[in-house]
Amino acid sequence: MTLLPLAAAPAGVDLAAAYRMAAPGLAEWLTILPVAWCLLAGAVLTAMRGATRLHPGLTVAALAVLVVMDAALLVHVATHGPVTMMMGRWLPPFGIAFTVDMLGALFALTAAVVALLVSIQALGEVDDGRRRYGFYPFLLLLMAGVSGAFLTGDLFNLYVWFEVLLIASFGLLVLGSEKTQIDGTVKYGFLNLVATTLFLIGVGLTYGALGTLNMADIAAKLAAEPLGVPAVTLAGLFLFAFAMKAAAFPVNFWLPAAYHTPNVAVSALFAGLLTKVGIYALIRVCVMLMPAATGELSLPLGLVALATMLVGSFGALAQDNLRRLFGYLVVAGIGAILAGVAIGGATGLAGAIVYAVHSMVVMAALYGVAALALAVAGSERLTTLAGLWTARPVLAALSLMLFLSAAGLPPFSGLWPKVMLIRAALEGGWWWLAAGLILMGLLTTLALGRVFLLAFWRPVADGAVAGGSATSVTPGRAVPLSLGVLGLMSALTLGFGLYPEPLIAAANEAAAGLLDPTAYRQSVFPPAMNGEGTP
Amino acid sequence: MSTLIFRTVAPFLTALMLLFSVFVLLRGHNEPGGGFIGGLIAVSALAIYGIAFGVAAMRRAIVLHPLTIAGIGLVASTLAGLVSLAAGVPFMTGLWIEPSFAGVTVPLSTVTLFDIGVYLVVIGGIGSIAMTLEEEGDL
Repeated sequence: MTLLPLAAAPAGVDLAAAYRMAAPGLAEWLTILPVAWCLLAGAVLTAMRGATRLHPGLTVAALAVLVVMDAALLVHVATHGPVTMMMGRWLPPFGIAFTVDMLGALFALTAAVVALLVSIQALGEVDDGRRRYGFYPFLLLLMAGVSGAFLTGDLFNLYVWFEVLLIASFGLLVLGSEKTQIDGTVKYGFLNLVATTLFLIGVGLTYGALGTLNMADIAAKLAAEPLGVPAVTLAGLFLFAFAMKAAAFPVNFWLPAAYHTPNVAVSALFAGLLTKVGIYALIRVCVMLMPAATGELSLPLGLVALATMLVGSFGALAQDNLRRLFGYLVVAGIGAILAGVAIGGATGLAGAIVYAVHSMVVMAALYGVAALALAVAGSERLTTLAGLWTARPVLAALSLMLFLSAAGLPPFSGLWPKVMLIRAALEGGWWWLAAGLILMGLLTTLALGRVFLLAFWRPVADGAVAGGSATSVTPGRAVPLSLGVLGLMSALTLGFGLYPEPLIAAANEAAAGLLDPTAYRQSVFPPAMNGEGTP
Repeated sequence: MSTLIFRTVAPFLTALMLLFSVFVLLRGHNEPGGGFIGGLIAVSALAIYGIAFGVAAMRRAIVLHPLTIAGIGLVASTLAGLVSLAAGVPFMTGLWIEPSFAGVTVPLSTVTLFDIGVYLVVIGGIGSIAMTLEEEGDL
């Protein structure tokens, strides 16, 4: 009794006409394993409803394995170029491809690292009730969706992973069922559903116009006749849909309205990952698949980027609630990334990619600061927070590092992408985007300086005692753990600030792969297509 | 809905529909049907039982918590894809074994396992929603 790959393969039928016959190596498995692993772990935790006590440990272990998988994938892609696995071994463009290039691998690894750190931070913060309602299974299913979105090579499949991560994120957002949470979730859910619908319409139009959904195939067909199909319409639809998911102006309001409502660990995860999935999809679909059409739209995209940067940084200046303030900073960062996409070219794209990676870590870390302020002082409002500098010197030091990094000041990782973006803007003649980036840096510095001044330096006034209102968290265990995680994140941003070469090299390679997707295409359609199976 | 007629008929109807759902599930491999529609039929059967005898009786009848059932289903579906790892073919490739029991060849495949997973996920997911709604109604 052996495993037969085929139910009934009549003699004389040429299977190579339908199937990729070569056995997949470990590297090809690495393209799908992160997704399958997260799904499996999430499913096991869902089934283990009776033993929620084991959930936190298992989740951290599963995410650690995910980091190892993604790291191995990144190493492989860096040394051997893009890698593809055809699901069910059907030949492209009919089968669903999982194709990973430098961009996907880099984002997937960063997302996994952020998720691991946030899950460790959540250990002390997620109470028994939230555990029972499935915080950890949702977290793992969210990571399945995020990993799938980064690793897939099929446009419709990208939509599916978006849905998976959206549904998991709805679950995480409403966990706790407070009134503000439901309010935030409705805004978040509505906007995201509209964006998803537009995305789906775009997918349908693409299929109608080109007859394919495989990304490599779409890129090749559009490159052959850049504007022969309604490519600008398609690019416009995708741009709007993904910009909505990334919270770009004028569809940015859902983010600050939703991200401060749930559990702080959830906010941190969302701020780090979800908008970046939108950015990733925008870069992948608009820049790699339809470069000519997106080039036509670069001026409106540049204006959107400028408006997003300014709305984000002015919004941050005006906020009182720490997490709402950080939400606006996330929006401002999205503006900077979009500026890189609008400028285009190798430098602009590389700047956008480095900024996205930096932003994933630092934005999640900023929400960690908010979590600690809440745990230590029982408040996350600037009007009531005070004196954290003397009460918690370590927290203050780490926060200062993260604030400087988020503002784009040396010696932290925020500096480099900004330098790259401004250089690209000046070289490309986008002087107003360069001015916008510099202004955004100034305003962000002011906004974060205000936080530091009020929450940390201001002496404690009478009545506003640090640690006034006790919260449901258990500070005894949560605080040292969270500080440790925050320390790791600060170390990451400092490390990449002092030694940015590997990250910049990876981003340059990713940008080159986007501008010239030959290697990506060859990984899906090997040059010796007919000689399948021979090395 | 606790009329005598309904409560008398409900168990038979439930049993019949559950049987039919399994038939639809297995039929779905080559003909209309499959895990999703089979699961919906099974949930309808459970819902009839629940309406007749109450949610507590329904929970006792399915033994496991519905979300546990959904989790098991998702595990089954994922494992159905991962079997390919052992066979040296890409993820989600359909694999078959054809053991014979007492002279009858029974073709089993990872495709069927995947569909059974879907069936369980639908029972668990929709069943959980149905029970919650029904419990709200009891208040």
